[in-house]
Amino acid sequence: MLDISLVFCGSAGQGLQTIEYILTQLIKKAGYYTFATKEYMSRIHGGSNSSEIRISDHIVSAFVSRIDMLILLSTDTFPHLVDRVSPDTVIVGACHDLSSPNKKYMIDFEKIALEIGSKRYTNSVVMGFILAFLKIEASFYEPFFTQYYGAKSKELAEKNIVAAQIGYKAGVAFLNTNSISFYAKPSVDLNHKILLNGSEALALGAIAGGCNFIAAYPMSPSTGVLTQLASLSHEFDIVVEQAEDEIAAINMGLGAWYAGGRALVTTSGGGFALMCESLSLSGMTETPMVINLAQRPGPATGLPTRTEQGDLNLALFAGHGEFPRVILAPGTIDQAFSLMQKAFYLADKYQIPVIVLSDQFFVDSYFVSQPLDALSMAIYDQHIVKTDATYQRYQLTADGISPRGIPGFGDGLVCVDSDEHTEAGYITEDFEVRTKMVQKRLKKFELLQTEIAVPDFFGKKDYKTLIVCWGSNYFVIKEALDLLPHAEIGCLHFSQVYPLSREIIPYFTRAQKTIVIENNATGQLAQLLKQQLNVHINATLLKYNGLPFTVEEIVIALKKYTQDHENG
Amino acid sequence: MAKHPLFDKTNIDIAWCPGCGNFGILESIKQALDELSIKPTQLVVVSGIGQAPKTPHYFNTHMFNGLHGRALPVATGVKIANPNLLVIAEGGDGDMYGEGGNHFLHTIRRNINIVHIVHNNMVYGLTKGQASPTSEIGFKTSIQTEGVIAEPLNPIAIAIAQDASFVARAYIGDMEKTKDTIKAAIQHEGYALVDIFQPCIAFNKVNTYQWFKERTYYLPSDHNRADRVSAFSKAIEKDKLPLGIFYQKKVDSFEKKQKIYQVSWEPLYQRHHDLGKLKKLIEEK
Ligand SMILES: Cc1ncc(C[n+]2csc(CCOP(=O)(O)OP(=O)(O)O)c2C)c(N)n1
Ligand code: SF4
Ligand SMILES: [Mg+2]
Repeated sequence: MLDISLVFCGSAGQGLQTIEYILTQLIKKAGYYTFATKEYMSRIHGGSNSSEIRISDHIVSAFVSRIDMLILLSTDTFPHLVDRVSPDTVIVGACHDLSSPNKKYMIDFEKIALEIGSKRYTNSVVMGFILAFLKIEASFYEPFFTQYYGAKSKELAEKNIVAAQIGYKAGVAFLNTNSISFYAKPSVDLNHKILLNGSEALALGAIAGGCNFIAAYPMSPSTGVLTQLASLSHEFDIVVEQAEDEIAAINMGLGAWYAGGRALVTTSGGGFALMCESLSLSGMTETPMVINLAQRPGPATGLPTRTEQGDLNLALFAGHGEFPRVILAPGTIDQAFSLMQKAFYLADKYQIPVIVLSDQFFVDSYFVSQPLDALSMAIYDQHIVKTDATYQRYQLTADGISPRGIPGFGDGLVCVDSDEHTEAGYITEDFEVRTKMVQKRLKKFELLQTEIAVPDFFGKKDYKTLIVCWGSNYFVIKEALDLLPHAEIGCLHFSQVYPLSREIIPYFTRAQKTIVIENNATGQLAQLLKQQLNVHINATLLKYNGLPFTVEEIVIALKKYTQDHENG
Repeated sequence: MAKHPLFDKTNIDIAWCPGCGNFGILESIKQALDELSIKPTQLVVVSGIGQAPKTPHYFNTHMFNGLHGRALPVATGVKIANPNLLVIAEGGDGDMYGEGGNHFLHTIRRNINIVHIVHNNMVYGLTKGQASPTSEIGFKTSIQTEGVIAEPLNPIAIAIAQDASFVARAYIGDMEKTKDTIKAAIQHEGYALVDIFQPCIAFNKVNTYQWFKERTYYLPSDHNRADRVSAFSKAIEKDKLPLGIFYQKKVDSFEKKQKIYQVSWEPLYQRHHDLGKLKKLIEEK
C-alpha cells in the first residue's frame, strides 16, 4: 500500500505554494491520490513555513503528523518541524547543519538554482527532484510548467523547465546511489476525479448558486474565495468589489440582493464582527445574504494564518435582536460546493442570512474529490416575483415568507425598512404590528427546519462511542476510524450546523459515550447540542494551538479513551 | 389637490416638527423628479437612520431604509445590481459624515452614478440635539456643554479634494434653487453630492433660517465649475458660505467601467450563469 507523506519546508518567498499547486496536479494526473495542506506564518518574507503533500494509492484527505520525507529548502527552517520528525524520517536538502540522527542527504537545491541563474528556480529544482521518485518524466510535466509560468513569461517557463530537468537528474542520481525509493506503479485512473482546494470549491459553489456579485475586504484566510471569484469573473457575469471595510462589503451585498443580485461576502472573524449590525439588518429587512466566514484563531487578530473552529458561537449569536439564520460548515469538497450553492438557495427562498463556516485548514488544503454536479441544483431558481401596484413587501403569509419583489420588476413599490415596519414596509410603532412581524420572521424557521439535512454518519453502525464533529474535521476523523477497525465507534459529522434537527437525538441515546472533537478550546458544538437538544456530551477532544488535528492525534486519543472506558 | 400625483402620499403621519427644513427638501425632491418625468418605479431611495432618512417614507418610491451611516454602500450595491434604476442615497450630516464617513470617501472614489443628498442641519436631530460633525465651534449641547471644540467637517471641500465628479450645496430656504440643484445632480452621470443646509428648529438655535440667510450667497454666474482649484477655494470660504454647483467634471461612472456592463445594461437579475460552462470548468480541475 502506497501512502507517503512528503513535507516541504522553507521560508516565505521560496515558492512552497507553487510546489504544492503544481506537484499535486502532476501527482493526481499520474494516477495517485494526493492531498496537500500548508501551515504558514503571517509574513511575506522569511520565517518558516511547511507544506505537506501526501501521495497514495487510496483516497487520503487528512493532515498526518508523520513525515516520511522532509525536504528542506533552507537550513534554518528545521526546528519548526522537529517534533514531527521520527527516526524513520528521511531528510533531504539543506540539512548540512542538522545534528539529528536521521538519514540525511545534503542536496543544495538553492545552489543548483543559482547555477541556472537565480534562487527563484529553487522550487522547480525541488519539484524535478521529487518527480524523479515517481518517474513522472519531462514529457509529462513540462506542459504544466509551460501553462503555469507561460502566462507570466516564456522565458520564465523555459528556465523553470530547465530547473525541473536538472532537479530530475539529481533525483535519478540520488535514487541510483541510495536505497531509498517510494515508487509504486500508479494503479488508479483519476482522470474523472477533480483536485480542488476549499476556496475553489466554495467559489464554484457560489457560481452554481447564481452568485453574481462579491464584495469583500481582504482578510486571511477568507481572501481565497474572493480571488477565485475574481479570476472567474472573466468567464461569468460577476461583479467584484473590494470594499473599504467589511461594513461596506455586507451593505453593498444587501443592496445588490435587494435589487435582484445574488451577493456573497467573504471574511474572517474580525471582519464578521464588524458586519454584525448588518447581519441583523438582513434579518430585519428580510434581505437575503450569504457570508463565507473563514475562521482563524482569535480573539482579535489572533493567529492570522492559522486555523481554528472558534467562531461557531459568533455565527450563532451575532447580530442584535431575534431573527432566523442558517449556519453551514462544509468538511469536504463536495459539501463546500453543494452547501455554498444551497446557501444561496436558502438565503433567497427564506430571505435570511446564511453563514458558511469554513476555516484556514479547509480553504487552503487541496483534496481529490468526485466531480461536482453543477447542474444538480438548477432547480434552485430565483425566488423573486413580478410586483403589481398593490404589492406589499412584508405581506403576512402562513409560512412567514412574503413574496419578494425587486425594484424595477413590475408596477409595485418595494419598500424595506430596518425600523419595525408595516406589511407595506413603512416605519411603525404599533405594538400589534410589531408582535405580528416578530412572529412572521421567526415563523420562517419552521419550514426552514425541513430543508436542513441530517448529519453524515460514518464508522460502526452499532457503535458504543459516538464522536461528534463539524466542518473541517470530517476527513481526519474518518481516516482515524479507518485505522481503528475494531473500535466500536461511530461518528456524526455536522455540515449543516444550525438549525439542528431533533431527529438526531436517537443517535445520542443509542451511544454509551459521546465525544465531541473540535478545533477550539471550549467545545462550542457541544454547548449548542446541550442547549438546543439537551444532549449530554461525556468528553471533548479539543485543539486550539492554531494547527489542525492530525490523524495520529485522533487515533491516540480514541485508543486511550476507549481503553479507559473499557477498563473503567 | 395633489401637487405631485405620482409621488404624493395621503394619510401619512409625518414625524417632523412643523417648520422643519426637511419638508422643503421633500417637496424639492418631488418637484425635481416630476420635472424630469421620473416615475416612482424607476427610483430607489436608500437612506440611513435619523430625521432626514425618513424622507422616502413620505413619498412614493422604492425604498431601502437601512442602518445609521450605511446608505451609501447599500446604494452602491443597488446600482451595481441594476444600473437602470435611479438611485438616491439620503440622510443627515451625522449619518453621512459621522457614522458613514468612510463610505463617503470611498463612494466618491468609485464615482458610482448615484445622487447623494445630505440634510445638513449641523446637529443630531433624532437623538435630540447632540453635536454633529458639521456643528460649528462653540455650539453648545447637553454633551458639548462648553461648546464644540473640534473643527467642523467641510463636506464640500472634502469632496472637491477627492475629485468628486459633482459637488453642490443648497439651502432649503430657497426651494426653487434647491430643486434645480437636485435636478442637475440627477442628470449628472456619476457620483453627485448635494449638501443641503436645513435648519433644525427644535435642536439648533444657532444655525436658524435667519442665520443661513445672512451667511450664504450664490456662486457668481461666471464661476467656472470645471476649475477644481477655484472650486476648492470657494469651498473653504468661512465668513459667507457659497451655494450652488461648486465643481463638476465628466468622467465614466463606476458601473460603466464594469466589464459586465460594457456590452449591455441588462440588470443582474436578468442574467444567468451558464451552468454547462461551469460543469466543464469543474471537470477540467
Ligand atoms: C449604530 C447606531 N448608532 C447610533 C444610532 C442612534 N442615532 C440615530 S440617528 C442619529 C444621529 C442623527 O443625526 P443626523 O444623522 O444628523 O440626522 P438628523 O436626525 O439630524 O436628520 C443617531 C446617533 C443608531 N441608530 N445606530
Ligand atoms: S428635530 Fe429638527 S430635524 Fe428633526 S424634524 Fe424637528 S426640526 Fe426637523
Ligand atoms: Mg443632522
